[in-house]
Amino acid sequence: MPLKRQTIRDHTAEANLFARRASIAFLVVVAMLITVLSNLYVLQVKEHNDYQTRSNGNRIKVLPVAPNRGLIYDRNGVLLAENRPVFSLEVIPEQIDDLDATMTQLTALMGITKEEKEAFYATLKGQRRFKPVALRTNLSEQEVAQFSVHKHKYPGVSIEARLARHYPYGDTFTHVIGYVAKINKKDLQKLVEAGQEDNYAATHDIGKLGIEKYHEELLHGEVGYQQVEVNSQGRIIRVLNVDPPVPGKDIVLNIDLELQMEAQRALDGQRGSIVVTEPATGGVLAMFSSPSYDPNLFVHGISSKNYSRLLNSPDRPLINRSTQGQYSPASTIKPHLALVGLDKGTIDKDTTIRDTGRYRLPNVSHVWRDWKRWGHGKVDVSKAIEVSCDTFYYDLAYELGIDNISDSMKSFGFGSYTGIDLFEESNANMPSRGWKRARFNQPWYVGDTIPVGIGQSFWTATPIQLTNSVNALINRGQRYVPQLLRGFRNENGTVDLEALKSLEPVKIGNDSHWDLVMNAMKLVVSGEEGTARHAFSDTPYQSAGKTGTAQLFSIAQGEKYKEEEVDERLRDNALYVGFAPYEDPELSLTVVIENAGGGSSNAAPVARRMMDFYFRDRVFETQPEESDSTPSETTSDISI
Amino acid sequence: MTITLNPNKQTFLQRLHIDGWLLAGLIALMGVGLVTLYSASGQDVGQMERQAARLVVGLVVMAVMAQIPPMAYRRLSTYAYIIGLLMLIAVLLFGDIGKGAQRWLDLKVLRFQPSELMKLAVPMMIAWYISKFTMPTKLLNVVVSFVLVAVPTVLIARQPDLGTSLLVASSGIFAIFLAGMSWKLIGFVALIGGAFAPIMWFFLMQEYQKQRVITFLNPESDPLGAGYHIIQSKIAIGSGGLEGKGWLQGTQSQLEFLPERHTDFIFAVFSEEFGLIGVFILLMIYLAIILRGLIIANRAQDAYSKLLAGSITLTFFVYVFVNMGMVSGLLPVVGVPLPLVSYGGTSMVTLMAGFGMLMAISTQKRLLSR
Repeated sequence: MPLKRQTIRDHTAEANLFARRASIAFLVVVAMLITVLSNLYVLQVKEHNDYQTRSNGNRIKVLPVAPNRGLIYDRNGVLLAENRPVFSLEVIPEQIDDLDATMTQLTALMGITKEEKEAFYATLKGQRRFKPVALRTNLSEQEVAQFSVHKHKYPGVSIEARLARHYPYGDTFTHVIGYVAKINKKDLQKLVEAGQEDNYAATHDIGKLGIEKYHEELLHGEVGYQQVEVNSQGRIIRVLNVDPPVPGKDIVLNIDLELQMEAQRALDGQRGSIVVTEPATGGVLAMFSSPSYDPNLFVHGISSKNYSRLLNSPDRPLINRSTQGQYSPASTIKPHLALVGLDKGTIDKDTTIRDTGRYRLPNVSHVWRDWKRWGHGKVDVSKAIEVSCDTFYYDLAYELGIDNISDSMKSFGFGSYTGIDLFEESNANMPSRGWKRARFNQPWYVGDTIPVGIGQSFWTATPIQLTNSVNALINRGQRYVPQLLRGFRNENGTVDLEALKSLEPVKIGNDSHWDLVMNAMKLVVSGEEGTARHAFSDTPYQSAGKTGTAQLFSIAQGEKYKEEEVDERLRDNALYVGFAPYEDPELSLTVVIENAGGGSSNAAPVARRMMDFYFRDRVFETQPEESDSTPSETTSDISI
Repeated sequence: MTITLNPNKQTFLQRLHIDGWLLAGLIALMGVGLVTLYSASGQDVGQMERQAARLVVGLVVMAVMAQIPPMAYRRLSTYAYIIGLLMLIAVLLFGDIGKGAQRWLDLKVLRFQPSELMKLAVPMMIAWYISKFTMPTKLLNVVVSFVLVAVPTVLIARQPDLGTSLLVASSGIFAIFLAGMSWKLIGFVALIGGAFAPIMWFFLMQEYQKQRVITFLNPESDPLGAGYHIIQSKIAIGSGGLEGKGWLQGTQSQLEFLPERHTDFIFAVFSEEFGLIGVFILLMIYLAIILRGLIIANRAQDAYSKLLAGSITLTFFVYVFVNMGMVSGLLPVVGVPLPLVSYGGTSMVTLMAGFGMLMAISTQKRLLSR
């Protein structure tokens, strides 16, 4: 048996051994499966919430949705800035097999330029391949049609629409409304500083100029969000949830479209500015700076050629002359100075001087001349305004001194920002001793004071400052911020008016002084020697105003100014400030026309044109007073 | 002379040499596979049809293999092993490169992975070799067996194909273990294996394989690169929860965050959509198949059949464990599919051939006295 056992297999023992080993193997299998299961239990039950969160983080993305920009209306509800769908030709690189071949075909079909191609490839580099890249923006309707016909041949190329700003009145409102354009790095940096980058996450354009810039916050609105499900490539599969954006506010301007267009026509072909306001509120009815340009050029990115043409134009169209143009106010500020003189007691209503056409200071050889070579003769304060006597004001300025003039003119707003709702504003300059010291490191000489009396020398003002100072006269010292924003338009078309903003009033002790100056301004248009009486002859309404002629060119002592001999750019600026109707004024205005010559013959007629237009449909019961004396013999010589 | 047992009592399936229990388990897995594949492929009916066709081929191969008597396999063992070995060498010398590894041998008429043949040839060879001697196996036989396992394992690892070499190695080792290798020796081999690990690391493993191990140890170190697979897979499984997100509702797979979702990582898709409950049921199906395989092995009449059946069954489990382990972050990522569920034909056909052998062992018994 032992021998047999060695040679013959013990099948039972072997079977038992195998059974034992197989059982052990099975137990090990069960143990390992339990390990796998426990691990899955940890993942799927214990840590389930964590992985659920991560899974959602993978698939759910929150995308910002741009709010619609608020619209801009004029005071009568005419739409001045609207949002229009614009079409762009967009390419999704991922969906195109042979991009270069497609580009060649598109070039032939759409006339894609080399610049467009370069810009396209530059954008392409930095983007993921499923994101659309614009090949051409702002397609015309013909281009849209042209491509649509061939659309089926170009998978991955499509025409996309988005809302973009459009200014239907073009250059009429450029300096008022401004424009929006694509957000650039600098804008982005400002938005980050203001903590607004999230709010602009989906926004394409931002206000760059004018109302669009100043009231950006109101017009923009608040960003909305869209919860979307994306796949691993980031492509949107479906929209899960929408938190809609809050659209920007629709705003209404004080501007009257018709009046604005009239201002543009009145300044056609000239450099200058017209500002028309409503004295009772400071609301700006019209404000045009000539020349202007088309803001729509900027919305889709102005070409460098067009931009440099605007930038380098000698007419400087980019400047808003109404708020940034610094002009010598010239004689337009004589009413203000007269008022200060009366208030300070330097003069009274009966103070007269004898004007010989020449003014000299004691012990000074320099001679200041009146615009009228032989002088106005015996002149009191009222007459001095009516005929715009320079000599009277030389003397008044001398008597008042620069400190009094500077301080009191600052209370009219000269030398400081009016606070109009535009960032493009200059505070111009109201000179003072301190200013001259700081600017030129020189003391103030008495000789410097004399031309200040006729609004010349260092004194400059913007048309909006001038208009607002006239409003201060009309309102007897009460001053308001001139505002473009009238209010907000509700869905039903009603308007919530914006509150008036008051400024520090001008304090004048005696009410009769206001009356005197206002009356003198009336005489400018209707007095027998009024400098604007020709321009305002036979108006159906009674207006008042003051002419101004600003010298840009010093003529040597003893020389005579001959307009035709002076270079055009050095000719006098023509100015006019005025208001109407005289009783209870509805409008006040400033007209400045550069290098046009005298104010009475060049600016005053434009001012009248504006007033005539404003009152075109009005019937006035009380006609203006007839001047009770015959016209003087000096009519033909009036050049101011 | 071999005649079948109780021919009158045979059922229809037995007459076809098909094991009913095993077939039921395999069909259940295939069903799970197709349902999951439909979801994982993004509802691609074409892909499902191709896989169904492959499964039919697999079933046919299984049925054919089931008809061959176990003794024939025994006689073929050495030839299969030697031919397989020669082809492995040929692959290293002339093989086609696919996915950065030399695995394919182009025989003009068909492309063939010799490593797949070795998955069956190695357990056949070890079973043949050990069953020549009495059990428990002697030390010398164990050493020879290990050499017989190691040669093809190293050749496959050098292709490089870590997953298959792992499966081939374990199929041989299981046969040795089942043959009654002494526990002392097992302990010793485990120690040697531990010492061998650094040698593997420095001399045998390719850079990409090392990277997989590093990534396995800390997947978050490279969340967008090598760790991406594991992280996304764990997110898919974890977010499935107890009940799962529902069929076709798995966001990780439907939205393509999960890589290799219809092949090696299909288990993550399944876990995401059917949850822990679904996973448990799937594991029970696998366990049932393994249990049935071990029962067949235990009932087999001769040592060769027992060892072969046991080895095939346990190797099948290695597929399951390694795949689930790597997809759920327990093991490093080695390319092992989830058997009969993952999309793909090659390894599935090999598996089905193995099950055919199991069925042959189960249904073809000789009347033989002890």
